[in-house]
Amino acid sequence: MNKQLMSGNSAIGEAAIQAGCKFYFGYPITPQNELPEYMSARLAEEKGAAFLQAESEVGAINMVIGASSVGARVMTSSSSPGISLKQEGISYLAGQELPAVIINVVRGGPGLGSIYSAQSDYFQSTRGGGHGDYRTIVLAPASVQELADMTALAFDLADTYRTPVIVSADGVLGQMMEPVRIPSKKGRKKVTKDYALTGAKGRPSKAIHSFRMDPKDQEDHNWKLMRKYKRIEQREVRYETFLLDDAEMAVVAYGTAARIARGAINRLRKENLKVGLIRPKTLWPFPAEIIRETAKQLHDFFVFEMSAGQMIDDVKLALDGSGTIHFYGRPGGVIPSPVELYRIISRHYYQSQRKRGK
Amino acid sequence: MKKIFERPASLHNAPFHYCPGCGHSIIHRLIAQVIDEMKLHEKTICALGVGCAVVAYNYFDVDLIESPHGRAAAVATGVKRARPGSVVFTYQGDGDLAAIGTAETFHAANRGELITVFFVNNAVYGMTGGQMAPTSLIGQKTTTSPAGRNQDTAGYPLKFSEVLAQLQGTSYLERVAVNSPANVRKAKKAIAKGFQHQLKKTGFSMVEILSPCPTNWRMGTIESCKWIDEVMTKEYPLGVIKEKKC
Repeated sequence: MNKQLMSGNSAIGEAAIQAGCKFYFGYPITPQNELPEYMSARLAEEKGAAFLQAESEVGAINMVIGASSVGARVMTSSSSPGISLKQEGISYLAGQELPAVIINVVRGGPGLGSIYSAQSDYFQSTRGGGHGDYRTIVLAPASVQELADMTALAFDLADTYRTPVIVSADGVLGQMMEPVRIPSKKGRKKVTKDYALTGAKGRPSKAIHSFRMDPKDQEDHNWKLMRKYKRIEQREVRYETFLLDDAEMAVVAYGTAARIARGAINRLRKENLKVGLIRPKTLWPFPAEIIRETAKQLHDFFVFEMSAGQMIDDVKLALDGSGTIHFYGRPGGVIPSPVELYRIISRHYYQSQRKRGK
Repeated sequence: MKKIFERPASLHNAPFHYCPGCGHSIIHRLIAQVIDEMKLHEKTICALGVGCAVVAYNYFDVDLIESPHGRAAAVATGVKRARPGSVVFTYQGDGDLAAIGTAETFHAANRGELITVFFVNNAVYGMTGGQMAPTSLIGQKTTTSPAGRNQDTAGYPLKFSEVLAQLQGTSYLERVAVNSPANVRKAKKAIAKGFQHQLKKTGFSMVEILSPCPTNWRMGTIESCKWIDEVMTKEYPLGVIKEKKC
């Protein structure tokens, strides 16, 4: 497909359709409304596809469960308060081992919060979010191109591991327009779905359920899930680094925050402040290894989030006591400019240098 | 010797775990018989609710997906939209359907979703130990209405089938009971009709089945069957509530 100018929300929609998504169930909420609108128009053109505006986010995620159980590629999207309502269903998807793609165009919380871009759903997304022992793969795009690429990737990961995958975007990414090449339909690997309910024709009947009457069976099931999550942790960590080789301070930021951090780092570099960037592209599994490796080279980590500080916990866990962690956060939907961030980072940078007698 | 009765092919060969006198096992058997007789076995998918029948995947020998409590109609919607050639039914109790699942059921019905809902009404939360349900009768003693249901604080028995009858998307709604051989036969006919409405695509179909719960009603089996006739059907009269041409 050729490059075209698209809004982030539309790019998610087209990438999903090209990835073979035939079903979309959702409920309106700002700032992701362009996505269900796009899907309602585009899925009407696809053969054997369906779009349905559900009665609630709860209804929508349960329709996702139903469509996934028959082997379909299916997606839903929402924004923070709506994702809270979907958590029950996401927990079921994890327990039932059903693939699904969930787009969260994050806004400021808690409660109804603001409709502006935030990253305050990090804990909810990466710690499971609903009840029970489970994890969801969480992808963190930072451009319209990555929204498209990661939406396509989300479907492949969901099918490969039979697990729900969250794409964690925000209002800036969803609304902005950038040139994008939608990943093509061709060459995608087909996953056989032997669990799919198709009617017991010429085979014994199948049942998909998370419930186990016997706690020992439930324990076995939970350990099976944990082994799967371990495999995901080993294979699916994704991140990007920027100007890290000679850095004396590493900024850790993802999504929109990482874009702002890049702008800030470019300014810092002009003044010969040796600052680099580690950008997690998967929030779970978290790229802990690169952070540990980087700690051998430098001492100062600067976590920047559009929240009051959530990913910082994973950086702390990765560092396990080594290094010094600096933090700057703007919760509630406020987006700092690269200049603002540049000033804060440079202050921390100089303070650290002084402390170390440099 | 002529065989006059056997286990339906759409039921697994497993003993039911239900309490003595419970209606679930009869209803399971009727649904399985109808699936066999209408030759729907190979294309049936069940979206199962949460309640006493939460492990009905041990009994129904058809493809089946567990639904979160109350959400079976939404899960069934997803199944049907993604696989329109299937015959999809939900199996839900009155707490599941008429309390926590009100929105999902109501909107599936209003969309005229081509699914068939089997709504087992025993006027009580069975699995959790006999708490008050939205369908509990005025004055009915339950573990959470020990002095009897009081309409001033707990509202009125919810006639969900009558509510759904107002919606243009519903095509067939009938209330039956499984408390006597004659009623069991009628219930089976209604179950078949529910599936027919789905197959003919006339709209959303639901069969409400009044079912005895001797354990939580604190009654004997015979007394429970009598209570359905003498008390429960006064609030929930049996018969066709709505039927579109099919």
